[in-house]
Order: sequence, then structure tokens, then C-alpha cells
Amino acid sequence: MPPYQAAAVYLGVVAVVVLAITGGIGRLRSRQRTGAKQAPYECGVSTDAGVGPRFPVRFYLVAMLFVILDVEAIAFYPWGVRLRALGGVGLEDMAIFAVVLAIGYAYVWKKGGLDWR
Amino acid sequence: MSGMSLGYVLVRSVILVLLLMGAFAYFMVLERKVLGYFQLRWGPVRVGPWGLLQPIADALKMVAKEDTQPLGADGLIFVAAPALALFVALAAFAVIPLGPTLHFGHLALPLSVANPPSGLLFVLAILSLGVYGVSMGGWASQSKYALLGGLRAAAQMVSYELALGLSVISAVVLAGTLSLTGMVRAQAVHGLWAMVPNILGFVIFVICSVAETNRAPFDLAEAEGELVAGFHTEYSGFRFANFVMAEYINMFTLSALGSILFLGGWLGPFGLPSSAWWLVLKMALYLFFFIWLRATFPRIRYDRLMSFGWKVLVPLGFLNLVWISAFVALGGWH
Repeated sequence: MPPYQAAAVYLGVVAVVVLAITGGIGRLRSRQRTGAKQAPYECGVSTDAGVGPRFPVRFYLVAMLFVILDVEAIAFYPWGVRLRALGGVGLEDMAIFAVVLAIGYAYVWKKGGLDWR
Repeated sequence: MSGMSLGYVLVRSVILVLLLMGAFAYFMVLERKVLGYFQLRWGPVRVGPWGLLQPIADALKMVAKEDTQPLGADGLIFVAAPALALFVALAAFAVIPLGPTLHFGHLALPLSVANPPSGLLFVLAILSLGVYGVSMGGWASQSKYALLGGLRAAAQMVSYELALGLSVISAVVLAGTLSLTGMVRAQAVHGLWAMVPNILGFVIFVICSVAETNRAPFDLAEAEGELVAGFHTEYSGFRFANFVMAEYINMFTLSALGSILFLGGWLGPFGLPSSAWWLVLKMALYLFFFIWLRATFPRIRYDRLMSFGWKVLVPLGFLNLVWISAFVALGGWH
């Protein structure tokens, strides 16, 4: 059996186990739903307001930068595997790419994009 | 390998799942024992000799607890989050080889369920899904503490995943392969663990693996001192147990990955013959280090954690990558 098919079989087994835990054990015992038990935990104080539909995420800019840089990091994987064959030329090419990346990174850092605002 | 039938793969898959869950149960005891000794107490001693039956008592308790759910919670996502966390944690272990292929006469017994040529990409792809379970659970609870915990988990992921990737890329450059067995083979050929030329990559990997598994001092997603229990505040019983199990199995995956990428995997030190037991020993030391960190360091402040990831680990990871790729391209480890 090819490796990815074997991995898929394993994932199937894992899915069955997880579904059995999630679906099965929950039915084993009685539930008594009362008001205080179902309120979100607030250290004993009764909840005055819920979580609300909108809230500020202070690191949204960092999250976007992460997506951009992580996508760029993907380019390093195939290059890394073949670097021995590419030799010095491969090193030069990636150096140009990395310098462009580093300029962007330094710009973001200087502009305060990595800080909380 | 092509002779493996479906039944054979099924049996091996079930064995691996049981192995991971058993390892989880006893690693819990070990952690509580070790933390106990760090704090000059005994840890669990009541259930069974030396507390060894503790996991059975814990499992019974978890199963017997009522399954609570807050009133405003998003039912489907609330139920799906712990299941997803556990699924992802177990799934990531699929392609990790635990040792060299064993031979009994004609019979070859590979010590992994699957060993694809780009296993490393598979592990990384699945591992990065781990954060979904945590932030979904935090969001679906509709509780302030849980929401903050879930958000912090996301913040941590965007801060440490990149540095983790950079340290893994340095290992890929050094070994010239994405296959996990290939990684160990490369280290065997050169007779040197990858940690030696790539020590900085190893240090970055260790720090990021602590952050990725939400362990102290990076356990901001649960931070019991400030957020009650963080993302799993509203979870009880076996759903809570699912989250804990996911965290520990992720630790196993990352310690196995770190040992294979940087510590020679199943190669013995000082030219001793290779064996799966070496990998188990290295993973055990790696996991002991996790507990040691937890017993030693206070929790880092949330914004400092993010700037440490972005302003220290990412530049260091890039510098390390420059050094390793120059080393390889100019003829090192050919």
C-alpha cells in the first residue's frame, strides 16, 4: 500500500476513535441543566453582559504579516532540498530573494507593524 | 512495502493510536511525579503502587463527569472543537517513523504507519491545524475567559509558526531531503547529529515547540492565574480530557520531530548501534525538558511573547538559515 494511502487509513481509524469518544461517552450519563450551571464562568459574579459580537484584535497586523511571510517561507522548502545540486548559483538566487524579504521585514519593524497598537 | 494489505495497515493504525493514548496516560503520571519532586512533594501516591494506577482513576472520573455546556455557547462548534483538537494531534503522528525498519528473516517491519518521501511537510501541515481546535473552543464557549484564551492561542500561533518553519528549513537544507527517515540517514552518513552544525536551529526549534504546544512558560492560552483556565474554562469531563490529550500528544509529535531532525533520531551516540530505543530515550529527555521548563520559569507576558517571537526568533532563524545554506552550498556535508 502506498504511503499516503496508509496514512489515509490511519486518519480513518483516528476519526472513528475521536467520533466514538465525542459521540459515545457523552450519552453515558444523565444531564441536569440548571440556570447557574449553564452560565459562563465569572468567578462567582453573575454575568452582566455577554461577550458581544465585536471585539478588537490587537495583533491583526501581525497576523496578516504572518500569512505573507509564511507563504514566502514555502519557497525555501524545495530550494533547501535541491541546494546541493544548485551550489553557489542557488545560494546567490536565494540571497537576492532573502534580501528583498529582509528589506520588507526591516520596514515593517521600523514602522511599528510588529508592535501592539 | 507494496505487499501491505489493508488489514495489516488497520492493525498497525490501531496499535499506534493505543500506543499514543497509553503513552499519554503514563506521561501524565510522570509529569505529576516530576513536578512533585521539583516542589518537594510526592506527587500522586494513593492510587496503586507509587501512584501507577492514577491514569485509570483519572479516566473513570473524566468519563463519569457531567458534560456541561454554557447557555450561549455555539453548540456545534463547542462539541467539534475538542474532537478536532484530538483528531489533529493523533493525525500528525501518522508519518513519524519510530525507528529503523526491523527485519525478521524475510519479514520487514517498518516502525511507522506510513513513511512518505515528504513526511516532514505532512507533519507540519497537520500540526499547524492544531490551533483551530483551541481557538474554536475558546470562541464557541461565549465566555470572556475562554474567548481571551482562544485569541491568545491564535496570537501565539502567528508569532511562533514562522520561526518553527525557519528552523525546520535549516534542517531540510542540511539533510537535503523532506523524508524523515532520510533525515536520520543523512546524519548517519556524516556520523554527526545535525545539532552540531545547526545548534541555533535546534534551540529555536525547542523554544518554538514549547510555544506550539502551549506549554509553560508559553501557556498563555490557559494561564490559570489570570484566565481561570483559558480556552477550556467551560469544558468539563471527557471534552476537557480531549484537549489535554491533544496537548500531550502534540508534545510527543514535536519531541519526536525534534529528535529526528536534530538529535540523530534512532542513531546511537558514540557509534553505538541504532535502535528505536534511542529515539524513545531522546524523546523522554526532550519531554523531561518540557516539564523542567514548566517547573522553572514564570509565564511570559502576552505582548512580550509576541515580540520575542517576531523580533528575536525570526531574525535569528533567518541568520541561522543563511549560515546553514552557505555551509551546504560551499561544500559542507556533501
